[in-house]
Amino acid sequence: MKRLVINKIVLALSTLSAVLGLAFLAWILITLFVKGLSSFHLSLFVNDLINNGLRNLIIGQFILAGMASIIGIPLGMVAGIYIREYGRGRYANIIRNLSDIMMSAPSIVIGAFVYALVVVPTGHTSGFAGSIALAIMMIPIVISTTDSMLSLVPQELREAGIALGASKYKVIFDIVIKSAKVGIMTGILLAFARIVGETAPLLFTSQTSNYFTLDLTQAFPSLSVSIYDLASDVQTSSRDLAWAASFILTVMVLVINLTGKFITRNKK
Amino acid sequence: MEKIFQKLSFSSATLVFIILLGIFITLFNAARPAINEFGLHFIVDPVWNKEVPLTTPTAKTSTVQASTTDDNIAVNPDDFSEDDGMGMDEDEDSVPTKTVYGGLVPLVGTIFSTLIALAFAMPIAMGIAIFLAEIAPKNISSLVGGAIELLAAIPSIIFGMWGLYYFAPIVADLFGGFQVSLLTAGLVLGVMILPFMAAITRDSMNTTPDILKESAYALGATKFEVIKDIIFPFSKTGIIGSIILSLGRALGETMAVAFLIGSIFELPHKVTDPTITIPVALANNFGEASGVGMSSLFYLALILFVMSFGVISFAKFYFLRKVN
Repeated sequence: MKRLVINKIVLALSTLSAVLGLAFLAWILITLFVKGLSSFHLSLFVNDLINNGLRNLIIGQFILAGMASIIGIPLGMVAGIYIREYGRGRYANIIRNLSDIMMSAPSIVIGAFVYALVVVPTGHTSGFAGSIALAIMMIPIVISTTDSMLSLVPQELREAGIALGASKYKVIFDIVIKSAKVGIMTGILLAFARIVGETAPLLFTSQTSNYFTLDLTQAFPSLSVSIYDLASDVQTSSRDLAWAASFILTVMVLVINLTGKFITRNKK
Repeated sequence: MEKIFQKLSFSSATLVFIILLGIFITLFNAARPAINEFGLHFIVDPVWNKEVPLTTPTAKTSTVQASTTDDNIAVNPDDFSEDDGMGMDEDEDSVPTKTVYGGLVPLVGTIFSTLIALAFAMPIAMGIAIFLAEIAPKNISSLVGGAIELLAAIPSIIFGMWGLYYFAPIVADLFGGFQVSLLTAGLVLGVMILPFMAAITRDSMNTTPDILKESAYALGATKFEVIKDIIFPFSKTGIIGSIILSLGRALGETMAVAFLIGSIFELPHKVTDPTITIPVALANNFGEASGVGMSSLFYLALILFVMSFGVISFAKFYFLRKVN
């Protein structure tokens, strides 16, 4: 009898913790929607921060993440291909583990690293520095998705290609990557969603700017960094703007994230 | 072509190694002035940006409280360092002074906020994992699991704002003390690592072979007994690994904590006291720092990097082999 009661209690507690987890999610999202929408206005997309808008910040955030993708995706994919297709034994395994460790490296430390590497020699913060910091965060994520997606491709496909006389890189590009395409793209989308909401690596690499700019050699507007500045501002109008910006940032991140997940689910 | 691509892919893979090594070397180089000046004593010195007379040994200043007490704990008291320096200047007019930096306070803050996060997140994450793996029917499990994973996708700065304006007042009401404190920062950190911990725990629980569970059920075991005596022992290494990995995550979390910890260089006496962590010290002071102060920040960054590297590789090599 006692066993059954304990069983019931534990199961109830487990269910309760799941409810608690969902409650936190709901709490945060509802807060964002209520606070964000109350100060949301379409003019936010037209004006720059200097005129109490967010246009330059949103565009800037995407450009930073886009530049990071241009650097990070090819490097990460090619490295992932090496680990799965070329690498033999020990070395590939070491790189795989190091890449996993790098994935969990504190983002602020990556910011400090890029600061010392790029900002100090050039003398000022720049969009490039921010993109490099984000790219360093992105590379290990792309490596690990490429690696695991390629591992799902059946060995027989590769053997069939080789039996037809194709060279190894032809097999990789025309057969292996083609069949893993959807998975890799999804992984890249999720990696993008992950870095587009990042703040810490940008704080002292790209900083942020009140003005619209496309010049990556100067301080570059960033939505997330500006949220940090605005949210700690004493003026309520700034804080309202911060809530609207947070709402937009979260919607952006969640939409990209959910799109990625939706593609994977449809594929299955 | 074949050869070129092979070389190219080899060098991209090696890039990972180079970047990690580069981070270590760059941080070490930038931290060298501080390392030379303060040495390992840095780790146990609770003073930050304090001017002391050149003749006094550094150890004595550790008994003097940093004069930041009256700094009201605003969201982001960036300017406390200047206050600090100026207050000391008046007393030490003629004596030659040097500025001392110590990393004890952020180190303690980092470790304790992480421990609070773990203590808060662990039972809930275990509960969620049990719910997802053993209790919920498949479609509900994937739905709830997906929702919990969404929690992980929310940018950390959002956690900070929500935590500061909505969560912290409630915590302060319940436990007293300041709204920005070690406790609120730790709890919000806990919420942030929750989905991560729950997901890995669930995955390792799912590796338990059905035949083992079914045998136990056939013997009349209750669900709890199956979880306790079959699933947990079987997936123990994976679960411990997931906990340590989440710990590694929590160590380096910056933005959410920056809103909630109070950002003052002072050792906390109670969990409801404000203090600072290494990532927050970096985030708030990097802009204004120069000279040895800058170098000390790099020293902190180096310590954080080594800590998280150590923790994560420990988790990977000792516990997560099986899961991978």
